[in-house]
Amino acid sequence: MSEQIRLTKGLDIPISGAASQTIAKTVLADVIAIKPTNFRALVPKLVVKEGDLVLAGDPLFVDKNHPQVCFCSPCSGSVEAIVRGDKRKLLEVRVKADSEVKYRKAKPLSLSSASKEQIASFLMQMGLWPMIMQRPYGIIANAEDAPKSIFISAMNTAPLAADLDFALKGRFIDVQAGVDTLAKLTEGGVHFSMNYFTSPSSEFRKLRSVIFHDFEGKHPAGNVGIQINHISPINKGEVVWTVDLLSVATIGKAVREGIYDASRLVAVTGPAAVNPSYVKAYQGSPISAFSDFFTKKENLRFISGNVLTGEKVGLDGYMDFFDDQISILNEGDYYETFGWCKPFRCKKFSFSHSYWSWLIGNGKKYKMDTNVNGGARAFVVSDVYSKVLPMDIYPVHLLKACIAGDLEKMENLGIYEVLPEDFALCEFVDPSKNNIQQIISDGIDLMLKEMA
Amino acid sequence: MGLRKLFDNLSPAFNKGGKFSALGSLFEAIESFVYVPKTTTIKGAHVRDSIDLKRTMTVVMIALVPAILFGMYNIGYQTNLAGHMSMTFGQMLWFGFLKILPMYLVSYIVGLFFECMFAQIRHEEVNEGYFVTGLIIPLIMPVTTPLWMLALAVAFAVVIGKEVFGGTGMNIWNPALLARAFLFFAYPKQMSGDSVWVAGVDAYSGATPLSQAANGSVLYSPTDMFLGFIPGSIGETSTLAILIGAVILIWTGVGSWKVMLSCVAGALLIGLLGDVPCWYQLIMGGFAFGCVFMATDPVTGAQTEAGKWIYGFLIGAFAVCLRLFNPGYPEGMMLSILLMNTFAPLIDHIIVNRNIKKRLKRAQTV
Repeated sequence: MSEQIRLTKGLDIPISGAASQTIAKTVLADVIAIKPTNFRALVPKLVVKEGDLVLAGDPLFVDKNHPQVCFCSPCSGSVEAIVRGDKRKLLEVRVKADSEVKYRKAKPLSLSSASKEQIASFLMQMGLWPMIMQRPYGIIANAEDAPKSIFISAMNTAPLAADLDFALKGRFIDVQAGVDTLAKLTEGGVHFSMNYFTSPSSEFRKLRSVIFHDFEGKHPAGNVGIQINHISPINKGEVVWTVDLLSVATIGKAVREGIYDASRLVAVTGPAAVNPSYVKAYQGSPISAFSDFFTKKENLRFISGNVLTGEKVGLDGYMDFFDDQISILNEGDYYETFGWCKPFRCKKFSFSHSYWSWLIGNGKKYKMDTNVNGGARAFVVSDVYSKVLPMDIYPVHLLKACIAGDLEKMENLGIYEVLPEDFALCEFVDPSKNNIQQIISDGIDLMLKEMA
Repeated sequence: MGLRKLFDNLSPAFNKGGKFSALGSLFEAIESFVYVPKTTTIKGAHVRDSIDLKRTMTVVMIALVPAILFGMYNIGYQTNLAGHMSMTFGQMLWFGFLKILPMYLVSYIVGLFFECMFAQIRHEEVNEGYFVTGLIIPLIMPVTTPLWMLALAVAFAVVIGKEVFGGTGMNIWNPALLARAFLFFAYPKQMSGDSVWVAGVDAYSGATPLSQAANGSVLYSPTDMFLGFIPGSIGETSTLAILIGAVILIWTGVGSWKVMLSCVAGALLIGLLGDVPCWYQLIMGGFAFGCVFMATDPVTGAQTEAGKWIYGFLIGAFAVCLRLFNPGYPEGMMLSILLMNTFAPLIDHIIVNRNIKKRLKRAQTV
């Protein structure tokens, strides 16, 4: 009933600090922030001003080009601050939260009778539409498109990522409702990818109206982009949509109950996290609310998301829109005498065989930090990148096309099929220390600009 | 630590606007040689692998050590043999060491001078690529090469071979081989023939196995050729020492086993056409050295995995073709690798185009 796809390329980075499957506490944040910068190419338009009172589910800003697409407050309270950057670019809308969340109630959606347009309009009003991402480019889906199909990954292989079976325990009905909603938006069906080893025991195996796929392999096998490449690769002119599983549950709950419930289990992880575990928190929670998990404040890096693709937000920052993980690392701003020529460097991990870590075995976890471990160089080594990119793509050639800004080549070499996250491991293993995700991201921005 | 303090104290003078800012790249190179820099990730992945190019290059340098040591010994051994002297093992090694040391001094001083100069002009960090190139260049020269000639060849290789293209990672031809080719065509008398391979004995003619093969029959035993007790360029004679290096390169994944294997296959296949047994081709002349240390250069070779098979195979095949069918040059490895360096981008182009065609076809069939 499902297709098994085995990927041999990839790497599970053995970093320490996985979250134990316990819920340590509930964080009710004082202030919560929603950031328009979490969305590629979004031009936001504010619909609130400082001091306004909002309920959870009330819009804070909308997409200027599609004003019906709302971005809603995860909690009830008053708009505390509107943070702008250079050229008055909108960076954050901060909401001071009430002690108890009050929801804006909408009429639940009756799926059986609703048309595609009605569903889309419901999702937009509820602030759920931004959770549907379009590929190519990784931008918010356009409701006027007819996507080839919709892809959901229920397999999270990123370093120390939240275990979705644990994080969404008891939310089967929400996920099913979410899937049913999405299925109405496409003719091509909803593809649902699971981990081959855990799928038989997962309750999501019982979902109806999805097409199951079982993936076996190391990271990035759980990335939806990699999965699409193996299930039904994106061709020029085609559009597919992707939704992460947490968002599917959020959509499902909204459809069933008519509320925007942005609470989630957040995995607090990383080598510098004390007793890493799960926390019940709201979307956009401040990092400072997780202060139980670190003992010092200096020389730590606080990342919203995982260590490969997450964003450095700092102690006074807020979690990103989609994230259900915080990673805490020690900063690596120290000198290491003759580090590169030490024959043994047992506390450092390397994917390459020029150190010994590949012989030490699978069990060992490393307390990694943010040191670059070298200086930036031109691309020299040719075969490491494809070892961690299980896609039918030539990574170095695509990267060089992006650097050169050669649109035709980028298109020919598969820019439509990738997002920066798919190249995160290439960046990790790169001996030349290039910022590979940035190169891909710039390439996508260029495509967006030129193809518009 | 005292040294760290010294670097910290000196650093402002070498930074932009400092008194010695013209030497900034050199200072940075020395500092990052001693200490892994304290830079932290700014964009993208927050953690990074502990591999860097310095480590990669170090592996290649370690892999070269057996060939260097045997090369030193063989310099003394050949002189001893030719001059009917009675040197001990230690004396032969010392004799070789004294011959090779000035060559290395010249190679590194000249090469690193240009590397630093160009790094400074470009405001980049000094690249570690030359550490390997500089180690290889003397190894592929006859021991009698005059030092001024070596200096000229190194300058040519670094400036014309590498820096004009944009430095390490951008060059088309293997710089070490370019140094060899430069001397081969500019000063053929000092680079080939029978009289250049033995140091310290005047007007001694020591024919290499290859020149013997070109004249009909090889007089050296296969064992001597495999172990390396034959005249030839300094580092190329011992297939055994090179094999140890090959094992290190393949074990660490730094050198491509695909290129090495297909190169051997290509040589064996064409070798069947020759008078000497085809496997002689593997242990004569510079084949083994070129196959293990030069053909596997990731910058100048084919970059696609499928392309590596074709690239390696053609290097082996063309090298033996030149040996067998060209009366002009007994050795073909150098020219063969340079030729395939030139064509590597074409091979990659064909392989990558297949991927592009596949993508286009996929789009049409939907």
